[in-house]
Amino acid sequence: MNALFSQAPILAIVIPLMGAPISALFRGAVLPWAIATMLSAASFWFSIDLLVHVNTVGPISYELGGWEPPWGIEYVVDPLSAFVMMVISGISTGVLLYARESILKEVSTDRLGMFFAAYLLALAGMMGITITGDAFNIFVFLEITSLSSYVLISMGERTDRRALFAAFQYLVMGTIGATFILIGVGLLYAMTGTLNIADIASKFDAIAHTTPVRAAVGFLIVGVAIKLAMFPFHIWLPNGYTYAPSIITAFFAGTATKVSVYLMIRFIYTMFGEDFSFGEIPLTSMLMTLGVIAFLSMSVVAIFQDNLKRLLAYSSVAQLGYMTVGIALASEMGLIASITHVFNHAIVKTGLFLTVGAIFYMVGSTYIKDLAGIGQRMPITSFAFVLGGLGLIGVPLTPGFVSKWYLVQAALERGDMVGYGLTIAMLISSLFAVIYVWRVVEVMYFRPAPEGAECKEAPLSMMIPCWIFVIAIFYFGIETSVNIGFAEAAASFLMGGAK
Amino acid sequence: MEEFTDVFLMVLLIVGTLGVLYVNNLFVATMLLGAVSLIMALIFVNLDAVDVAFTEAAVGAGISTVLYLGTLALVGANEKPRGKRSPIPLLASLLVGGILAYATLDLPKIGSVDTPVQMSEVTERYVYTSPEEIGVPNMVTSVLASYRGFDTFGEVTVIFTAGIAVLLILRQLHRRREDEETPGNPPFQKVKAEGSPHDLVPHVVAKLLIPFILLFGLYVQFHGDFGPGGGFQAGVIFAAGFILYSLVFGLDNLKKLIPVHFVEIILAAGVLIYGGVGVVSMLKGANFLDYNILSADPIAGQHLGILIIEIGVGVTVTAAMLCIFYGFAGRSDELEKNNGE
Repeated sequence: MNALFSQAPILAIVIPLMGAPISALFRGAVLPWAIATMLSAASFWFSIDLLVHVNTVGPISYELGGWEPPWGIEYVVDPLSAFVMMVISGISTGVLLYARESILKEVSTDRLGMFFAAYLLALAGMMGITITGDAFNIFVFLEITSLSSYVLISMGERTDRRALFAAFQYLVMGTIGATFILIGVGLLYAMTGTLNIADIASKFDAIAHTTPVRAAVGFLIVGVAIKLAMFPFHIWLPNGYTYAPSIITAFFAGTATKVSVYLMIRFIYTMFGEDFSFGEIPLTSMLMTLGVIAFLSMSVVAIFQDNLKRLLAYSSVAQLGYMTVGIALASEMGLIASITHVFNHAIVKTGLFLTVGAIFYMVGSTYIKDLAGIGQRMPITSFAFVLGGLGLIGVPLTPGFVSKWYLVQAALERGDMVGYGLTIAMLISSLFAVIYVWRVVEVMYFRPAPEGAECKEAPLSMMIPCWIFVIAIFYFGIETSVNIGFAEAAASFLMGGAK
Repeated sequence: MEEFTDVFLMVLLIVGTLGVLYVNNLFVATMLLGAVSLIMALIFVNLDAVDVAFTEAAVGAGISTVLYLGTLALVGANEKPRGKRSPIPLLASLLVGGILAYATLDLPKIGSVDTPVQMSEVTERYVYTSPEEIGVPNMVTSVLASYRGFDTFGEVTVIFTAGIAVLLILRQLHRRREDEETPGNPPFQKVKAEGSPHDLVPHVVAKLLIPFILLFGLYVQFHGDFGPGGGFQAGVIFAAGFILYSLVFGLDNLKKLIPVHFVEIILAAGVLIYGGVGVVSMLKGANFLDYNILSADPIAGQHLGILIIEIGVGVTVTAAMLCIFYGFAGRSDELEKNNGE
């Protein structure tokens, strides 16, 4: 048991990674799905194990190939990376539980082996980005994640051919982002002679004033911002989320952009150091401006959408704005808000996209006009959507409220006009959220269903995972020791560990 | 002299890249891209990075050109007439270029001995200790396959991902086209299923060349410990040999030789071989991809580990290239059939 645990950091990544080629060899409707689900669950189990371990014993370093850093590649499990790994693998497992019947409608059966292989690759890639302590290894796993994401999004083309264009658009944007990150890593290597993040960090202050390092910081931040869909680099996200298969949208909504938020925090706090990021360069004002514009403008844009998936996608860009602001506040409270919102938003948004997937499964459309009377035709699904919507708005007793509460506290902590302004802006944005959720609810419950529409719920195999997410939303909204507790541990680790 | 060569090659590189942007004919652009890659390879040689140069020549100038041509055979060589051009991409490129130029201001001079990379303890161990602890004369192979072997595992996975991406997207399109039964686009020049039976010269030359290409692939595969080379380059060369066979003797013949399903299996097998080494070292009680444990003698273990993972790399790269080629070449057959009906 102990020997197994000492390999847990690599197992959490290699199990889905090597599961992918195995899954690609299988055919049929059930087997690839079963493999993917089991392996994702195993990865989740190891992540929980690691999270508990690092919060009781302390960070773990795992030397790949037996070469000690900085010569070899190092895996670093600390409170932050373990927390994000738990979110990613947990969301992935939840989505896979739901996936079996949903995906049959959207992807042809004989391709499911490769489809789930791509899914496992995306999972392994994101987990690998999170756990690694090596700057170039981040890029390698970013490539795995990106390539598999492009193909997974394009798989929506059986339903809507625009998925191909959406995937292509994401490919172009994502490639630019990844190239920027590679340039940044390359410049840092030229100036430090090492690729290990801790090693770069220890040499960073001495060379922080040189032009290659300044440029590297710029490239890394813009590269991650593109991947994060930070305003104004968000244009790929609404298309990608709208046309991807239901389960892929749900999976990415809870994970893909969250990994980028993690990278942003990692670069700013661990690699560059707080003093440099917020003292030497004006990162606070830049990120805060973009974050505020993101959550205000994108919430307004979300109100005017006629496709439910696109509406939720714009809402995601807005929510990413909150996380950006949390980072930009450069305080422990802001960081807690940001990290906990990674968890909270992941669970709420994935839950919502799963209910939308159930509606799509039965109705065959996600256009809001086609959802008239769904409240009577699919009462259980609709109610799940309403509860998820409450979480999105941030009503008390939901996790959305918890993260906003922390963000408001962090803003008020500043005690200046910017802090008050930020609080007001967040209140306005929350009101916009009420409007866009209400618009959908109104159509669902108060518009008559078209003649002859049958009353039927989606299969149980889809409804149960949906409700697991809904129950989890309220569980983590009330009993916050998991999301807040681990986020606090991560934030204090970062602030204490910062130079 | 070296400086002159550098400047000369850089100028050629810029001219070549501008040419790619400027020409309207995509065949010409593809050939120019191949030339640009070769120039890049020469610059790498000048920088003494022969392994990178080899990869650039094999991948950039070699197989990518073939795959581009395969794509052009489907879509034709004429650029779509563009509407009004937006100035934003140009401005963004200029901005990025400007920042890169700014970044070079404080960069250490090329070739000087006291750059941070030269002085780093990491480089020192790679250069001085690796012959003792890994026992491979080509230290690039030591770094890629052992010190940073996990990165290479990741890169093989990227190649694998690319292979299944092409299979997933093109197959699904294929299916849908059958569902709708709409005729495809008018065919352009394509890879003919029956090859080119009347061309005597290519037949004779290809028959002569193919064995040597495959042999050279094997040489590159197994000689990577001593000189430039390794699984990546070998896989590409190997695949190029098979693609040449298909171009001359027909896709159907190649498919008889290497069925599509078999390619799918070896595509996955390469990743599993590579990862399998890691699993074995874990089962023996060491960390993932620790080759020392594979044999009683650590150096022998390193040799064995590197040999096996390089085979894994070669297998997956060959299979991925063939997958992509099958994907595109197979489509032209379909288009022809659709149009014949």
